[in-house]
Amino acid sequence: MLAMNYRGPYRIRAEQRAMPEILHPEDAIIRVTRTCICGSDLHLYHGMVPDTRVGSTFGHEFTGIVEEVGPLVQKLKVGDQVLVPFNIACGKCNFCKQGLFGNCHESNPMATAVGGIFGYSHTAGGFDGGQAEYVRVPYADVGPTVIPAEMDPDDAVLLTDVVPTGYQAAEMGGIKEGDTVVIFGAGPIGIMAARCAWFFGPSRVIIIDHIDYRLEFAKNYAKCEAYNFKDMADPVVFLKKTTDWYGADVCIDCVGCEAEGNTLQTFSGRVMLMQAGAATALQWAINSVKKGGIVSIVGVYGPPFNLLAIGNVVNKGITIRANQASVKRLLPKLIDHVMSGRLSPKGLITHRIPLEEVSDAYRLFSSKLDNCIKTVLIPSAKH
Amino acid sequence: MDADPENEPTYPMKNYTGDDHNRINYERSEQQPQSVEILMSNERPVITRVFGTSVPPSGLSGKIRRYAFQHSEDRYRHWLPLIFADRVNVFEGLVDDIKAGKFPNIIKERGLAMEWKYNKPGMIKKGVTLAVLGLVLFAILRKKK
Repeated sequence: MLAMNYRGPYRIRAEQRAMPEILHPEDAIIRVTRTCICGSDLHLYHGMVPDTRVGSTFGHEFTGIVEEVGPLVQKLKVGDQVLVPFNIACGKCNFCKQGLFGNCHESNPMATAVGGIFGYSHTAGGFDGGQAEYVRVPYADVGPTVIPAEMDPDDAVLLTDVVPTGYQAAEMGGIKEGDTVVIFGAGPIGIMAARCAWFFGPSRVIIIDHIDYRLEFAKNYAKCEAYNFKDMADPVVFLKKTTDWYGADVCIDCVGCEAEGNTLQTFSGRVMLMQAGAATALQWAINSVKKGGIVSIVGVYGPPFNLLAIGNVVNKGITIRANQASVKRLLPKLIDHVMSGRLSPKGLITHRIPLEEVSDAYRLFSSKLDNCIKTVLIPSAKH
Repeated sequence: MDADPENEPTYPMKNYTGDDHNRINYERSEQQPQSVEILMSNERPVITRVFGTSVPPSGLSGKIRRYAFQHSEDRYRHWLPLIFADRVNVFEGLVDDIKAGKFPNIIKERGLAMEWKYNKPGMIKKGVTLAVLGLVLFAILRKKK
């Protein structure tokens, strides 16, 4: 089968590899119909995530058709069209039982700090991902969800990660009616978080980034205020001023470890790797939120640690809420939002590219070329 | 006596049931048979019931990874060696390609055609900068000789 093959930082190719097999009685083999490149895939592409091995296949956002099931799979049958959450969850451990499907304890032997994730390095379990024609899906009765017949496949594939992560980012912010919410990062997650924030009744939603075409897109898609931090002497002062010198009620970090905007953070984190990437956006979130406010983090940070103003978290009495999105927990509500027309995830997709051209797709997304917001890879229809 | 069941800051992300107090005693699926080497965090007692089998550790990068996994996730001695192993692995990948008779098309793998299509000025600027830096370095080394 054709699959994406990682060869090193900034080097990707599509080539033939062996088909995946059933390795556990609760596995299924899925034939991929749609697969996306996530902003967090870029951390892998840039060589920022430890234990990213040459020969791996990335891809944690995919939909497909069930081709084969293991003997203990009961809910799925061959031919079902499914969307597959990016988390690999057993459904039985104490974390899954409490709705923390992104923190499963039985899907990743290599790191206790993160549950299993498709195609996200050996730090997240060593599973080959969905940027391929076929993929092995463990615990098939838990994660994979049958796509409603009336749902557009482009909406379905964004329900595997983008929509739940954007929604949970807003949910973790504990947004109350009348709040002012500031979101750092106008990538797909930040734009979706801005869109979903409105479900919770704020009076203002503000998005901050440094790329004009993304800010313009966010203004139109999420109906929010959008500002370029490169036009500001100091983003924290700007945000304090725009919130009557009080600070935002909620700040959301949708950027993660490859943030721009601070030389010390960039040099120490992205060049020298003395910290796990640059935490500039999170630093600004901590310093821009009001005293007693909430900072919600969905931006991806690798191990081991980052330089942050933790003293300000203490002195300001900030509550930090963070997690990988628990896709399975959120899917019923989000499917309802999509089917009722309240959310249109496919509006984020700007590029549809054949899987064979995966190396071009990564370059397009990484370098933000051609006003790219979200890229979907489409495996060959020859089947 | 001051415990307040409403004081649950993880709601609604976590549906508190008290199951945490059972610790690692919970029902598990069958064990996936292990046919390749799987490096395991020393912060857990046994391997997970299900695990990925992509690219088992091998070669020099594999030796470095095995060293890294002797240390906990809290330690730099776990993560820095893994990053170093990743870089060594890139060279191993190049050698494997050449041994298999495949000469990597670096221009295609890096998607440079896309960059040229949509960002010609940026690419030209980068190329000129690299060329100038290369000439300066060459001049310095030549002078030293």
